[in-house]
Amino acid sequence: MDVGLLSRIQFGLTIGFHYIFPPLSIGLGLILVIMEGTYLRTKNSLYHEMTRFWVKIFGLIFALGAATGIVMEFQFGTNWATYSRFVGDVFGSALAAEGIFAFFLESGFLAILLFGWDRVSARMHFVATVMVALGAHFSAIWIVVANSWQQTPAGHHIVGMGETARAEIVDFWQMLLNPSTLDRVSHVFMGAWQAGAFFVLSVSAFYLLRKKHLDFARASMKIALIVALVGSLGQLATGHMSARTVAVTQPAKLAAFEGHYPASAPAGMYLFGWVDDEQGKTTGLQIPGFLSWLVYFDAAAPVTGLEAFPPNDRPPVNPVFQSYHLMVGIGMILIALALGGLFFWWRRRLFEMTWFLWIFVFSVLLPQIANQMGWFSAEVGRQPWIVYGLLRTAEGVSKSVTPGDVIASIVMFLLVYILLFILFIYHLNEKIQRGPEAPVAAEGHRT
Amino acid sequence: MNFAFDLDTMWYMLVGLLFTGYAILDGFDLGVGALHLFTKTDRDRRVMLNAIGPVWDGNEIWLVTGGGALFAAFPEVYATVFSGFYMAFILLLVTLIFRAVAIEFRSKQPMLWWRRFWDVSFNAGSLLTALLIGVALGNIAHGIPLDAAHEFTGGFWSLLNPYAVLVGLTTVTLFAMHGAIYMVMKTEGELHDTMRRWARRAIGVFSVFYIATTVVTIIVLPHMTVNMRNHPWLFVVPVVNVLAIINIFRQLRRGRDFRAFLSSALSMAALMAIFGIGMFPNLVLSRPDVANSLTIFNSASSPKTLGIMLIIAAIGMPLVVAYTTVIYRVFRGKVRLDSHSY
Repeated sequence: MDVGLLSRIQFGLTIGFHYIFPPLSIGLGLILVIMEGTYLRTKNSLYHEMTRFWVKIFGLIFALGAATGIVMEFQFGTNWATYSRFVGDVFGSALAAEGIFAFFLESGFLAILLFGWDRVSARMHFVATVMVALGAHFSAIWIVVANSWQQTPAGHHIVGMGETARAEIVDFWQMLLNPSTLDRVSHVFMGAWQAGAFFVLSVSAFYLLRKKHLDFARASMKIALIVALVGSLGQLATGHMSARTVAVTQPAKLAAFEGHYPASAPAGMYLFGWVDDEQGKTTGLQIPGFLSWLVYFDAAAPVTGLEAFPPNDRPPVNPVFQSYHLMVGIGMILIALALGGLFFWWRRRLFEMTWFLWIFVFSVLLPQIANQMGWFSAEVGRQPWIVYGLLRTAEGVSKSVTPGDVIASIVMFLLVYILLFILFIYHLNEKIQRGPEAPVAAEGHRT
Repeated sequence: MNFAFDLDTMWYMLVGLLFTGYAILDGFDLGVGALHLFTKTDRDRRVMLNAIGPVWDGNEIWLVTGGGALFAAFPEVYATVFSGFYMAFILLLVTLIFRAVAIEFRSKQPMLWWRRFWDVSFNAGSLLTALLIGVALGNIAHGIPLDAAHEFTGGFWSLLNPYAVLVGLTTVTLFAMHGAIYMVMKTEGELHDTMRRWARRAIGVFSVFYIATTVVTIIVLPHMTVNMRNHPWLFVVPVVNVLAIINIFRQLRRGRDFRAFLSSALSMAALMAIFGIGMFPNLVLSRPDVANSLTIFNSASSPKTLGIMLIIAAIGMPLVVAYTTVIYRVFRGKVRLDSHSY
């Protein structure tokens, strides 16, 4: 195996593991703001108890997100040096801005969130919670800006030729608001809100089934259900907008999403299927003309297919197809779960419906899988480009690194991450089993 | 040295400032980690951990942001150094992860073996981090083999040359001193007296390494002192450095612990300044082919990007400094262990 493939495996491993945590911090951050805000408004100690419990969980999630996040900041340089030279002028500034505007905010105020209960007023603590949630959202904005520029480069020009060619910013705002930024940032936000909301739903449902912490679980579940609904419906809207942008900016990726081969023909949408890339054929259950209709509001409109691209400019089709469809399928299930939850809440049966609560307990995995699959299809769908149309992935690797180096680092990360994952699950479980503490600490605040 | 106050030079200084911020802030919590195993009781170790508990994570952001700023302002340097020092940086990342996780999980289980394992991880992670940072700086000052395309042509073991190891050990003793002084501020009672003793001892050990590094640098690496010899007024910086180190001693003796800590921070800033003056305008020195060195002129981003970044820094960094100050004020004073503690 060459350094390129190994580095892709390493990047996939490290980013995939890291990305378990940030969506949870973003979604849970928003939920914490709602909970603590409700406490400040109502002075109901139940909401105080909720905030304190979920802050503890948040701390654990954040610690793992931060520990695994450091790797991401430096991996571009270690494994993708040629890419780093090429994009530094553009991509580097977004990454630096993420540090200045997001990470400092998040990790600074996290101190007050976790350890400041008895040191600051209730109002100041709430400010810290808001800042941490904002920081988490900001960080997603900047990193998705950077990634979107890789998908749909804009606001730059190329200086130099061949080995020394590199992209330089000509228009900062065009770079920042490149064609896919807004769709993708909002799509990532919604995915994160879903991750946070279904996490809270899962734990709350577990308590209800165990007949423990009932008031706590009911109140947590109500807030999470609303966030879950907003996130899930928002995901439908932002996902649709994203797909329409991809149709224009990255037609090869859209064609791979649906396994659509004819160079220019109306395209349907598969509910499920299998792509045979050798034969250039996709088989499965299809709604004819639906993709054309979604993109152009016309079932007969032609959609650019894979055959419009030379084979060496096409992404691997079946993996992109499958990951994309798994994401979309889960998205639909999550909408159904959120709507179902609201329906039963409205009928005042939600908290007693054992079978439905069990579904909620396991639903925590669904946004996680969908988020991973979404990134997988977005990134693999961009192949063979590392910067779409400008730089090929194979050309982006570090020249001074050997395959042996990368194998050694993959093994090291793998071992460490397995250990981290075990520790995370063990302690998460312990915190959940222990449950919230009785609401005595409300007087702990300095007022 | 042709010094012009242009964007390249400003970013040279700003990246230096970010890494100085990192050295001063993460320096003390790495130092606390380096001393961690010398404390014996579980309570003392928890005090050590909780003294840095609320702030260490934010301190590390200075490294992350410094890395991002290096990427944005000098992409060539970011690419060359991180790919060239591949295994060293992967090792650094793994130690940083281990250290972070050790702080988080150490006190979450009561078992002796559990706590001992994470104590050792925290200690080893802190020591190795400090050592690797120092070794990297030592190599950059010493010069590394680069080809015409600025690719590193040496190997992992060539990074562990005697000079780099000396700088690495000096960094460890510097951080240990800084950490001990920080702990003097954060502790009371018996532990406080112990820390005061350790701080004094650490200043002594650091001073020995500091003098050794200085002498070796002057003899072996004459290029590191050219700028200073050409501009004698720059000798102010090492003088400030020596005075600051002496002042740490004086303030500690008088029991003004916070001022001692400020002096320690000042001496670290002076050390970074000496390094920056010595390197300028090089960012990475190439040896033996000096012509392949990365300088602020051949490795910087476009003026347009440097200008944009300057605006971002001008908006962002004052905010960062403001709320970091507020947060440090919230957690000022001696460590108290409570139910939220590590």
